[in-house]
Amino acid sequence: MILKRAAMAIPSLIGVVIVTFLLTRALPGDPAAYFAGPAATPQAIQEVRVKLGLDKPLIEQFGRYVVDLGHGNLGNSLTTGQPVLTELRTRLPASAELTLLGLLVSIVIAVPLGILASTRPNSMIDHACRLIATLGVSLPVFFTGLILVYVFYYLLGWAPAPLGRLDVFFDPPPQVTGFYLVDSLIARQPELFLASLKQLILPALTLGIFSLAPIARMTRASMLAVLSSDFVRTARASGLSSYTVIVTYAFRNAMLPVITTLGMVFSFLLGANVLVEKVFAWPGIGSYAVEALLASDFAPVQGFVLTMAVMYVALNLMIDVLYGLIDPRVRLEA
Amino acid sequence: MTDIAAAPRRVSASTALFRHARYVIAENPVTGFAFALFVLIVLAAILGPSIVPYNPLASDTAQALKPPSAHHWFGTDQLGRDVFSRVIVATRLDFFIAVASVALVFLMGGLAGVAAGFFGGWTDRIVGRIADTIMAFPLFVLAMGIVAALGNTVQNIVLATAIVNFPLYARIARAEANVRREAGFVEAARLSGNSDWRILAFQILPNVFPILVVQMSLTMGYAILNAAGLSFIGLGVRPPTPEWGIMVAEGAAFMVSGEWWNAFFPGLALMVAVFCFNLLGDGLRDMVDPRRRT
Repeated sequence: MILKRAAMAIPSLIGVVIVTFLLTRALPGDPAAYFAGPAATPQAIQEVRVKLGLDKPLIEQFGRYVVDLGHGNLGNSLTTGQPVLTELRTRLPASAELTLLGLLVSIVIAVPLGILASTRPNSMIDHACRLIATLGVSLPVFFTGLILVYVFYYLLGWAPAPLGRLDVFFDPPPQVTGFYLVDSLIARQPELFLASLKQLILPALTLGIFSLAPIARMTRASMLAVLSSDFVRTARASGLSSYTVIVTYAFRNAMLPVITTLGMVFSFLLGANVLVEKVFAWPGIGSYAVEALLASDFAPVQGFVLTMAVMYVALNLMIDVLYGLIDPRVRLEA
Repeated sequence: MTDIAAAPRRVSASTALFRHARYVIAENPVTGFAFALFVLIVLAAILGPSIVPYNPLASDTAQALKPPSAHHWFGTDQLGRDVFSRVIVATRLDFFIAVASVALVFLMGGLAGVAAGFFGGWTDRIVGRIADTIMAFPLFVLAMGIVAALGNTVQNIVLATAIVNFPLYARIARAEANVRREAGFVEAARLSGNSDWRILAFQILPNVFPILVVQMSLTMGYAILNAAGLSFIGLGVRPPTPEWGIMVAEGAAFMVSGEWWNAFFPGLALMVAVFCFNLLGDGLRDMVDPRRRT
């Protein structure tokens, strides 16, 4: 089953590679002149053209691009001269840690909120849930981040300055996973753990608020559907406590559509991540891409778009597999 | 003869719609509120530059970074420009980007989706594949890549926002056209000798239209957010043009030193606009398709 689903991801990956390839070829003007830099002579441009293989037909160029990808070659950054792959690899853990914590925050808030709202439809908490959900999608994620910075850094002084993953007084922990929270625990440095957690809280909360809405809405809707089903009525009639009914019986069944929406939530989260990284000067792949964008340095942007898309396809694959593990009915149908 | 017969029926249909709209607004005052807000936004977009108290581009360094006061309702920015005037004037550009991108995706996605649902076969497969490929990207990231590749202009922001919304429109239009493909009135039109294209234009499209219009108002909010996000990271709109996203970006640096009004008011305007479109979209959906109410 898993293999079959994995095979279904292949067309998506092929599409992604084609699109990222076409994006470079769609650059306005002559890409060779572009890559050679503004001060290049016609001769230099011609050299670059041959070097990049831009004088070859499009199909052959595409073949080259795919072969390069196979070797893990995403090109070099024009501004730093570093291979894009190395940069992305060193920066990826920062983004991943932030995104995952943001998702965790939003699940921890949204799921109980949705459950509470569904058990008391049209109550105060239900209206509050709807309001929070609508506000959550209406708030531009960079705006939420700035408001949080203003309140918790400037006014209250609770949070550290929004400048990256660690205060300058700390050295990063020895790298094992690249997640500072995990690595500092492995290195048994509780102070370091706290310091990195402090830096993480505001950006993670920003992401969490942004992705709250779809999870809370879906939890509420699917809990409402499950709570009105026969087996819940039977459970209630059998005299089970409402806690057992809601948590053990209803919630486990209601989780399935929620997991499906996680795919969409990830699409939002990965995009919002770029904006949050800019607000908090977070040294992740998003801010790397933004810097490159402003310098008209296209290779990092292309590498970034490709990495994000591949991760997104992989995440969707994982969600589907997870779905099959949780719900045996899906496996039977497939 | 037919004209005379058709005219009063059309009037009564629109009266019915009006009554229904009044009923929906009475049932759900939030939609009425959202509509009032929408009118306000449209007015600001049309009249903006002629009603603001200051020139949005005129700097006055003696008045730089002043907090909100009776003279400058929203304060002044680092160059002494009036934030209130800039926020109001920016409405036109932000509104234009949202409307243009939504209209564009409505055309592209709506037509492609209707064709896919109606003809099936290869058309369906091609449209479906394009939509799937777009969906394989996180949407904002794809929009970034498109603007980066096509060039850093407002037109390309509009185009990128339209492209990332394409799958949504194509899918809805496809599903709606697909269920109507074998419907009685389509069969009747076909039997009376209408060509496929004629059926598509006069039977299918008018039926799919209202559902797509609801979708338009629901995606307006997302379109504004997307465009503002792109200009926040420095794409598309360039300073000193007043635009909400870029104003928040410019004001961001002052947030840590306490000059909150610089980023707060454009951000608030952005939020109010998105909130208004979302509420309005929900209200419209209740009106057109009450079954989908959540």
